Amino acid sequence: MALQDVCKWQAPDTKELSLCLPPAGSWAVPRGCDPQTFLQTQGPSLAHGTTTLAFRFRHGVIAAADTRSSCGNYVACPASLKIIPVHRHLLGTTSGTSADCATWYRVLQRELRLWALREGHLPSVASAAKLLSAMMSRYRGLDLCVATALCGWDRSGPALFYVYSDGTCLQGNIFSVGSGSPYAYGVLDRSYHYDMSIQEAYALACCAVARATHRDAYSGGSVDLFHVRESGWEYVSRSDVCTLYTELQELPEPDQELKAEDQELEAEAEASQTHLEPATPPRAGESGELFLGPREETPEDSRMPAETETP
Amino acid sequence: MARPQKSLGWHPVTETRVGIRGTNIVVLGVEKKSVAKLQDERTVRKICALDDHVCMAFAGLTADARVVINRARVECQSHKLTVEDPVTVEYITRFIATLKQKYTQSNGRRPFGISALIVGFDDDGIPRLYQTDPSGTYHAWKANAIGRSAKTVREFLEKNYTEDAIANDNEAIKLAIRALLEVVQSGGKNIELAIIRRNQPLKMFSAKEIEFQVTEIEKEKEEAEKKKTKKNI
Repeated sequence: MALQDVCKWQAPDTKELSLCLPPAGSWAVPRGCDPQTFLQTQGPSLAHGTTTLAFRFRHGVIAAADTRSSCGNYVACPASLKIIPVHRHLLGTTSGTSADCATWYRVLQRELRLWALREGHLPSVASAAKLLSAMMSRYRGLDLCVATALCGWDRSGPALFYVYSDGTCLQGNIFSVGSGSPYAYGVLDRSYHYDMSIQEAYALACCAVARATHRDAYSGGSVDLFHVRESGWEYVSRSDVCTLYTELQELPEPDQELKAEDQELEAEAEASQTHLEPATPPRAGESGELFLGPREETPEDSRMPAETETP
Repeated sequence: MARPQKSLGWHPVTETRVGIRGTNIVVLGVEKKSVAKLQDERTVRKICALDDHVCMAFAGLTADARVVINRARVECQSHKLTVEDPVTVEYITRFIATLKQKYTQSNGRRPFGISALIVGFDDDGIPRLYQTDPSGTYHAWKANAIGRSAKTVREFLEKNYTEDAIANDNEAIKLAIRALLEVVQSGGKNIELAIIRRNQPLKMFSAKEIEFQVTEIEKEKEEAEKKKTKKNI
């Protein structure tokens, strides 16, 4: 060790997360220019608006997103895929700058794959979220914008984490990200409960995104629906929002005569939600809506769309 | 490559260490050479916790062990910081082994002169025992010994390590003590013992507890002897 000290030789640090991206602070930018100001004044207005959501429940984690990629007032792509698979048991919903999301997910895929090769098993969703947030926090202040929900199934069961590019890493049961998220949260908070059935969960996710796209200008196109189960992730459906919204509107109102089963379901739904709103009148047609299953499963939709769809 | 030279007064601590992997418990036993009269016993610790669920015993140069243990402890916490999960026993063993190997392949350095027994429980509740040596190789074991007279102890373990012997925690502890008693002079007061039970932190045995176990073992021995003589009659 004495010789090493004399020569001031530094052992290459192989334990650090290996990133083949230039370290923070050495991106190529015009001299004398702060990247953040540059982007704000001269740069393109990057694609931002979206509605994505994810929630975990007994039977796994549901991830849903719209498919509109907007660049200011211009719809760059009406059919983009905003949910990126990381590995068999992990998905990420992406929001923010599409390019940043795509890049960082590829980096995450590489890191997790290397980890799996070294350790013999994939890391938990918590580890993946921590890794991603640690990697991105080194680029803080450089206008990275990645707001993502990592949805996965690991040894501890269904897991959901929200990661933001400033380094935030939060665990939760429901997350909605993007410009349409306030509208989606409204729908989700109303009907979510952990013990939902799978059909109810699919319906809730599609309903939330459809209603959000109705009000948010930057969201639209279709609703992509994914489900992460114990056996891995599954691409459930891609449904056009206009059709979805019309169907939602056509569902019966509560003051009309409901069928006997609908009445039962309403009673169930109320019973499970009385702790939330004890004094309100019967819910408007929620129980009817809850059975809106995946409708648009045309042959093309049931296949996983090719990677080229990613913006 | 420089080797630790006995002529320079570097006398490696090579007392016997034994490690046993039970069904719900892992045991580490070390032989304690009697200390000088004026030396404060408590400053000499041979069994070290690396984290709440992993600990190790080493045989060899104590000073080298200090460096390795410190690096391992830092790595346990770094791992928790980066990936939110505690290290698996295999991971930290591999880290220590990789560290040792680096020092066998660099200029200006000599290898760490220690062998280590690393025990602990993983998140999935499975007990593990690993042994590393100065070259940087590591292997998993059901029961093993390192240090002076390791061979004798290992032979004893090979004969006596059975599913029954490790079926309950007490039996596993007794097995470790019996193995050490094979080579340790003057009995219980020269033994130090530590155990980890599933989901519990490291527990060091006090001298009293060790004495208790040793007396029990001697009683069992006597009874076994009596049975033998009865049979012979």
